[in-house]
Amino acid sequence: MNGITIENLNVWFGDYEDRVDAVKGASFSVPKGGSFGLVGESGSGKSTILRAIMGLFDTWSGKIEVLGETLTHKRDREFYRKVQMVFQDPYASLHPRQSVDQVLSETLSLHGFKDIDARISKLLEDVGLGPAFRFRYPHQLSGGQRQRVAIARALAPEPEILLLDEPTSALDVSVQAEILNLLSDLRAERKLTYLMVSHDLAVVGHLCHDIAVMQLGKIVEVLSIEDMRALQTREDYTRTLLQASMGYELRG
Amino acid sequence: MSINDLPRPTWREWLLTDTPTSRNHARLANMYQAWLAFRGNHMAMFGLGILLFLVFVAALAPWLAPHDPFIQDLGARLQPPGTPGYILGSDSLGRDILSRLIYGSRITLYIVTLVAIVAPLAGLFVGTVAGYAGGWADILLMRITDIFLAFPRLVLALAFVAALGAGIENAVLAISLTAWPPYARIARAETLTIRNTDYIHAIRLQGAGPLRIITKHIWPLCISSLVVRVTLDMAGIILAAAGLGFLGLGAQPPSPEWGAMISEGRKFILDHWWVATMPGLAIFTVSLAFNLLGDGLRDVLDPKEGKS
Repeated sequence: MNGITIENLNVWFGDYEDRVDAVKGASFSVPKGGSFGLVGESGSGKSTILRAIMGLFDTWSGKIEVLGETLTHKRDREFYRKVQMVFQDPYASLHPRQSVDQVLSETLSLHGFKDIDARISKLLEDVGLGPAFRFRYPHQLSGGQRQRVAIARALAPEPEILLLDEPTSALDVSVQAEILNLLSDLRAERKLTYLMVSHDLAVVGHLCHDIAVMQLGKIVEVLSIEDMRALQTREDYTRTLLQASMGYELRG
Repeated sequence: MSINDLPRPTWREWLLTDTPTSRNHARLANMYQAWLAFRGNHMAMFGLGILLFLVFVAALAPWLAPHDPFIQDLGARLQPPGTPGYILGSDSLGRDILSRLIYGSRITLYIVTLVAIVAPLAGLFVGTVAGYAGGWADILLMRITDIFLAFPRLVLALAFVAALGAGIENAVLAISLTAWPPYARIARAETLTIRNTDYIHAIRLQGAGPLRIITKHIWPLCISSLVVRVTLDMAGIILAAAGLGFLGLGAQPPSPEWGAMISEGRKFILDHWWVATMPGLAIFTVSLAFNLLGDGLRDVLDPKEGKS
């Protein structure tokens, strides 16, 4: 059974002459327990696919299948117990007036857990934050600590699939590595399926088995990480993107 | 070294810690830090002091007032300020103005409190629902708001009081009915910026419904700007209440409402200036205090100014 299967997905914003097609006819699948990366330039529609899967947009057509179930435009709480998402910017994804404890306990109670106190301690430990962080507010946390809280929130309902929207791009380089290691450890421990968006090929190479390259809302090519490293591509655009990115990394 | 040798944290250190140990501790620490920021603003503290004094006077009115505010003494009418027994003078029926001002503070506080509860709550409700729901609900609610905004405030209040009958309760109702639309506008504007943030998306992804999102996640962020606006509007509300009293549509004689007292003093304003001036000074002082307090609160509460 596949974790996520997407067939001929279209997402658009606006109507008539204002209509912008953000994703055009995208198809790919992520095996259960797999780890899949979506790469491409800014504005190529990567994040839009994630948000369409999570039900944050209504204007999509095509087929989205998650864990064998075909999704309609409405998502129930059962869906959100299985699929969770980590947002790009940890400075924007935590409510400014809610402490870590409030964020996690509300999430847990929404999913109907009873032993909330014990679970919060466990979650904080799992993401590498001690009990000292439990009653802090976002303004008392660094970017990396905030992202750990966001990951703890996503893990709270014990999902099987985690969608990651550039989870490290807003963090500085040393913290990026910590968060990436945390994510790969969590995947190994909890047998999670990852669908990850990034424009950083090193990040994708660290976490993913397969990648899809996107350009202007279309998927140009799907290839394995080994092929990516060896520059074994069928499409010119992929090669250009990979070379540009690697050249940048060599220079940088 | 055992744990007992460590110096115990003082209250101040306990409240300023970065690592709170319980929910209540975190809440208290937050409040204390806001208080410290507020305390630094001397004008706002001055305003707060005046208002606390007003509350104190209103609460202890029977003990503080030298005379009964309703007892008339025609032999001692229109005594100038400084007359023994009449520190601020007496009015045309020989009633002590100071006593009437002290009792009148109760009416002022009553009006201010009721309006400050009713109008912002109604505005908050209409504004957040319109902003979050969008579509037809938004159009309908905001056009109703526009209609209320299009009327001159005092004229609308006058029409309401005229229709419902004169009296303090109806004056409060009339002022509230004319005061809520600006709050709805503010709340809607705040909601529009908040509803598309990632932290609202994140709670939607936990399966939270619109009711929970509006009341638990959007309201706390709207309330600070509303509180600031309410305190700044308070002066206007006091003046509107006094204006209704002056026109004879608010509190009815012999009630010692400040606006009604000015209205009574109007007849003698040239010969006996204190009858109208003393309640006027009281209205001025309280309005000023609310304005100063609002300014200070804006510095503390405005999320755009402070840390996120």
